[in-house]
Parts: sequence; structure tokens; C-alpha cells
Amino acid sequence: MLPRIARTRRRRRDGPAVWTLDIEMADGGPPAFAPGQFNMLTAFGVGEVPISVSGDPADPSRLVHTIRAVGPASTALARLGPGDALGLRGPFGVGWPMEQAVGRDVVVIAGGLGLAPLRPALYRLLAERERYGSIVLLYGTRSPDEIMFRRELESWRRRLDIDIEVTVDHAVGDWRGHVGVVTTLIPRSAFDPSSAVALVCGPEIMMRFAIASLQDSGVADDAIYLSMERNMKCAVGLCGHCQMGPVLVCRDGPVFRYDRIRSILAAREI
Amino acid sequence: METHGLDRILREHRFFAGLDEESCGVVCGCARNVRFEAGQYLFRAGESADQFYLLRHGRVALEVADPGRGAVTFQTVGEGEVVGVSWLIPPYRWTYDAKAVELVRAIAMDASCLRRKCEADHDLGYEMMKRFVPVLVDRLQTTRLQILDVYGSNG
Repeated sequence: MLPRIARTRRRRRDGPAVWTLDIEMADGGPPAFAPGQFNMLTAFGVGEVPISVSGDPADPSRLVHTIRAVGPASTALARLGPGDALGLRGPFGVGWPMEQAVGRDVVVIAGGLGLAPLRPALYRLLAERERYGSIVLLYGTRSPDEIMFRRELESWRRRLDIDIEVTVDHAVGDWRGHVGVVTTLIPRSAFDPSSAVALVCGPEIMMRFAIASLQDSGVADDAIYLSMERNMKCAVGLCGHCQMGPVLVCRDGPVFRYDRIRSILAAREI
Repeated sequence: METHGLDRILREHRFFAGLDEESCGVVCGCARNVRFEAGQYLFRAGESADQFYLLRHGRVALEVADPGRGAVTFQTVGEGEVVGVSWLIPPYRWTYDAKAVELVRAIAMDASCLRRKCEADHDLGYEMMKRFVPVLVDRLQTTRLQILDVYGSNG
């Protein structure tokens, strides 16, 4: 599958080494995507990496990705300025279970950069608010400086129909909010564990602890969904780089229902 | 009147959920209502751990002083939770500061009083341990996660 050519329209810093690119396709409209899906983005001459779409699935005029500059390809992508070209293949993967969550409380648990793949789901939940029960967003990050999408979080907080709690691992200065790991927010949150759906994305260790806390609160394993990350290359289920036991993350994920991969997550070595 | 009011408040506080009425009455003898304004310290590192606090309202920041950075908050404690476990373990000294982030209303428990009562009544002591050990374990687990710095560049 050949990459399509895209160009950067805007670039915004969203944290230390984290950049959000607003891009447009050079050859037509942006591809429609489902919340939780990803695209393979190419920094020409450097490489290609999987990046979750972090924009609004209902806004067809904008295609937004949030990138942490870690390796050569992601760093090159994060440096792109207005008008710069990049390649795009996608979207790929299984997204968040928006239809399965209809009529139920939804608990969204994000850790660090994990808020980016969850943002499209939040857009959908809020755009179709009447279809869902209580909506709770629990977001944890390292420090107040690393809170992503701050303006958006503040805007959502001003709504009366979503509960948002943010916590940081440590804080200095005038931070007045929660300090502690995000899992500590779960027992204090208002949702019906017997029927809620949980959407979880973040570092894998954090996700495991979050799952344990959700289970302690009474959320069933088949109501917990997580977005997994592995080394994805072809994105179409051929190369096997993203194999995780019997599943391929690019094809069968990145969003998985927890009960289907529970035994894989529990294995020390795959 | 104060004792009856405190008795009811203690019984209704999440931390003492399930404690029988008689034990609540015994514990209540070591309790009093307190309040702290925003910015006020409940205690400082190095001071004698002669009280602990059941929070009824507000948030408390647990801090350590870092000469290079000032006060670093490593945890916040909120309504329904308890501030202070060092009262249980000799030499009964606080190892961090506790500061009210906003107006805090709490029940202050006299630690010496409660330790004496637990020594005299081991069943009461066991009830206290059953409540405090999960707090210690939970804080240990969350501290482990914080130490791992899971949100670092590899996270």
C-alpha cells in the first residue's frame, strides 16, 4: 500500500517533545477514521511510524496526529512545519467500542501520551452525549507541565455532563490538584461498575494497574478495553513485527477487549 | 454534646466504616474536630507524630523539601481518607510535611491516647491495624508506580 502525500498545515507543541500536527491531504480529502485507529506516517528519507489519530472524527476537514519525538522518524515528523510534506497510509486497526458503550457509563482512563488516542473517543462521546450514561475522564501524567490538551480539558470541564479528574505523579509550585498515580482516582469516581465500559490507554504498566483497580471496583473484564502498542511496520497484518502471542496488534488491535488478551498480558515473555 | 456529635461523625467516616459502636465510643475519646485554612500545615517533617487526621472536607498535599526545587508534592489526600501513618511506628516522627491545599475540616486523633487504648484492648488494636495496613500497602504500590516514572520517554 503506497503512502499518499500529505502536507502539514499547523504544528503545535503539546508538552515536552510532544507535537500535534494538523495535516491535509495533497490529493483529496482526508481519510475517514474511527476513534482509536492509527495511520502510518512517513518522514521522507527517514522512516515510517504508526501514529494514532488524535483529532475529531466528525470534522472531515482536519486530520490531526499527536507525536512524541523519540526516534529518528518521529523526531523528523515532529519537526515538520507548515507546508512540509509527509506520507500517510491508513487508517488501520480496530478502534474504541463506541457502539458497545451506548447506553452505559463510560470511564476513560488516560496516562501520559495515552490521552491522544483517546481524544477522538472523547469527541464522539461528547458530540453524541445523549446516547451515553455518565462519562468520566481520569487523566494522569508526570507533572503539571506535561498535561496535554490543557485548553480542551478546561473547556470540557466547564460542561456539566462530564467528570474530569487530572492527577500528576509529582508537583512543585502552585499546583492545587491531585498528586498521585491515576489509578488512585478510580475508586473515587462516580460510575456504575456493573454496567460501565472502560477505555484505557497509557504505558502498559499503568494499564495493568488500572485494570486491577477497575476489577476491584467491580468492572467486568469484558467491559475493559485497552489500546496496545507494539512495533508496527506493515500495518496490514503481513510482516509479523507487531505479533503479540496469537494476535497482530495492527490487524486485531490496537484496541483490544481485555478478556481476549488477558493471558497474553500476564505472560512475562511472549 | 461534642462527644455525641463526634461519635456520629466517626461512625460515618469512610475510614471507620464497620467499626462497632462500642469501639467507636472508645476511639471517640481521642478525637476532636479541627480545621486548617489553605496553606496551613497540619504537621512538618521531624515533628512528633502525636496526631493523625481523618479528612472530612478538603485536600492535603504531602510534601518533601528539595533544596533545589522547593516543596515537592508527592501525594495528595482527600475527603474520606487519612493523613498520617507514622503515629503507628516508632520513633513516631513525621517524615514529610502535610499542607492544606484548600480549607480542610478533619478529625484529629490523639495518637498517644489511641496507642494506649490499643495496647489495653488488642481487639481494638487489630481493628486499627485492619484499617491502616491497607493504607500503607496502597501507598507503597502507588509509590512504586511513581518511582517507575512510567510516563518517561519510553512510556
